[in-house]
Amino acid sequence: MSQLDDLFARCKSEGRAALVGYLPAGFPSYDRSVEAMVAMVEAGVDAVEVGMPYSDPLMEGPVIQAAHQAALDAGTRQADVLRAVEAVAATGAPTVVMGYWNPVHRYGFRRWAQALKDAGGAGAITPDLIPEEAPEWLEACRELDLDPIFLVAPSSTDERIAVVGRTNRGFVYAAAVMGVTGARAQLGAGARDLVSRVRAQTELPVGVGIGVSTGAQATEVAGFADAVIVGSALVQALQRDGVDGVRRLSAELAQGVREGVRA
Amino acid sequence: MSESPDAAGHFGPYGGRFVPEALVAALDELTAAHAAAKTDPEFTAELDRLLTTYAGRPTPLTDAKRLAEHAGGARILLKREDLAHTGSHKINNVLGQALLTKKMGKKRVIAETGAGQHGVATATACALFGFDCTVYMGEEDTRRQALNVARMRLLGAEVVPVSSGTKTLKDATNEAMRDWVTNVETTHYVIGSVVGPHPFPMMVRDFQRIIGVEARQQCLDLVGRLPDALVACVGGGSNAMGLFHPFLDDTSVALVGCEAGGDGVETGRHAAPLTAGEPGVLHGARSYLMQDEDGQTADTTSISAGLDYPGVGPEHALLRDSGRATYTGIPDADAMRALEVVAKKEGILIAIETAHAFAGAFAWVQQQRDPEDLVVIVNTSGRGDKDVDTAARWFGLVTGEELAEAELVRAHEGEQP
Repeated sequence: MSQLDDLFARCKSEGRAALVGYLPAGFPSYDRSVEAMVAMVEAGVDAVEVGMPYSDPLMEGPVIQAAHQAALDAGTRQADVLRAVEAVAATGAPTVVMGYWNPVHRYGFRRWAQALKDAGGAGAITPDLIPEEAPEWLEACRELDLDPIFLVAPSSTDERIAVVGRTNRGFVYAAAVMGVTGARAQLGAGARDLVSRVRAQTELPVGVGIGVSTGAQATEVAGFADAVIVGSALVQALQRDGVDGVRRLSAELAQGVREGVRA
Repeated sequence: MSESPDAAGHFGPYGGRFVPEALVAALDELTAAHAAAKTDPEFTAELDRLLTTYAGRPTPLTDAKRLAEHAGGARILLKREDLAHTGSHKINNVLGQALLTKKMGKKRVIAETGAGQHGVATATACALFGFDCTVYMGEEDTRRQALNVARMRLLGAEVVPVSSGTKTLKDATNEAMRDWVTNVETTHYVIGSVVGPHPFPMMVRDFQRIIGVEARQQCLDLVGRLPDALVACVGGGSNAMGLFHPFLDDTSVALVGCEAGGDGVETGRHAAPLTAGEPGVLHGARSYLMQDEDGQTADTTSISAGLDYPGVGPEHALLRDSGRATYTGIPDADAMRALEVVAKKEGILIAIETAHAFAGAFAWVQQQRDPEDLVVIVNTSGRGDKDVDTAARWFGLVTGEELAEAELVRAHEGEQP
């Protein structure tokens, strides 16, 4: 059982969805980013995605793009990302890295997988990597018992969803809407459809991300998904109101997740 | 070698698809449409018709006799893509992709552009086909190439200045990718070079191959034999790939790619990933890349906006590793000297991108034994009208004050129509 398997089993027994929170390492500074991630966990976030800042994050909307650039401008390095993973994993919450592929490629994915494992990481979400391009990465994950997490999107065919379902471990990350990250006023019917299409292909838990920003939306998504994933809204809270803002939003989202009526 | 890539778009260890899952379905659709088009006589006839009657193909092969003295007596033949409609080879690819867009039933097209040549070509094809067109261009480049922004707008395109990151071609490409991820159902992304996820590097090469196919026959007709070398500039690498590809199995023909050497490759301020980069992943493919030790994309330097890009097409990466082609970084100063020579000796004002190829050709010939026996084809990929302002400053033909004054006069004229 991986850390994420344990988490999803526990949430299932509590009859609720898990809450996954994202913040980039090094934004606005290394210390503040770790402080904010620990605060998320204390306020009820079940698992943490540590964002690896990247110069060309092409799945990100303006909020996370700006945070990545600020983290890089502040001098954030690979070693800092791994150090942040270690600090957050020490809280006991499963901690994964959300990372674009080139920094991992450059580090050497085997070496990087080992470093992630040593830091206590549970796995990695790779937004610009598809399973077909990742045989060696998958082998490294298998050897080290790390969870490789690929995404599915509303445009994914059932065949593609089946491939991701067979390859992933931990959970399947379902991008709720077509587009880049960022808060949306409405999530639309696409997310629910996508989750049921994923369920038809795999037993793995399904997490829904992109667009969720409020407790009410968390409640809505928790009604049909196994995990609610929030990123941009937390980044914005950190930017606007500091660590306290992150703590407040995390508590609101955790409450929202617990109010979700499981279908 | 000319059989590359494999079914998943790999050129040896390069290429492939490093993209968000959201794009995979569209890339599959495009791959299928391109494969079907290749064997569809109606498609090829329509493309041939457009290339002939609209783009002005075939472009001539010019025997540049007065350049010989700058090339150790070698015979220099210019493949005149600068004479194609819109002023560069970019139109070859854009017309092919526009036809595919129509076949796929999409009505909206997006593109990235650096200097504006690909943006202008795309805006042109969209006007011709009646597509809605949005072009992403780095804010820095919209300022440097204001005239091309106006050209695109005249042609009916929306030009979106991109203010993220370095505000240049790399960031314009990021923004176009973000648009595509959002609107992929209705929109085709016309990538302008042999870069990006599969099938783009293969497909754009196939649409640009006509350069090499024509040049090969024209050289045989003119000289009675194959050339000794082909020289082309390489940013993403589409004009080079288009010229090289039909010659890949002609092993007697040397292939020379000229990257942007900026202030000199040894200074680190350049845009020459094949010469001084490392393998990496950017914009959907694995290839050579300018990056720092953490895998962050490095800043690039070049006088040429069209070559000022940290990545390069994956097929070039394979040709580099196999040794079939050689690549060299041409410093800004050498390129500008070549631009002046070609203008004064042949009466042809070439683009600054293209000038890198001429500088590379002159240098290559000097390194050979018996240069007077050699025949070299230089891909004259684009015309230099867009670069007159940059060149005027470089050569001190006009002073900064004069340029500023001219701008002021024009601005005032604009106020009193």
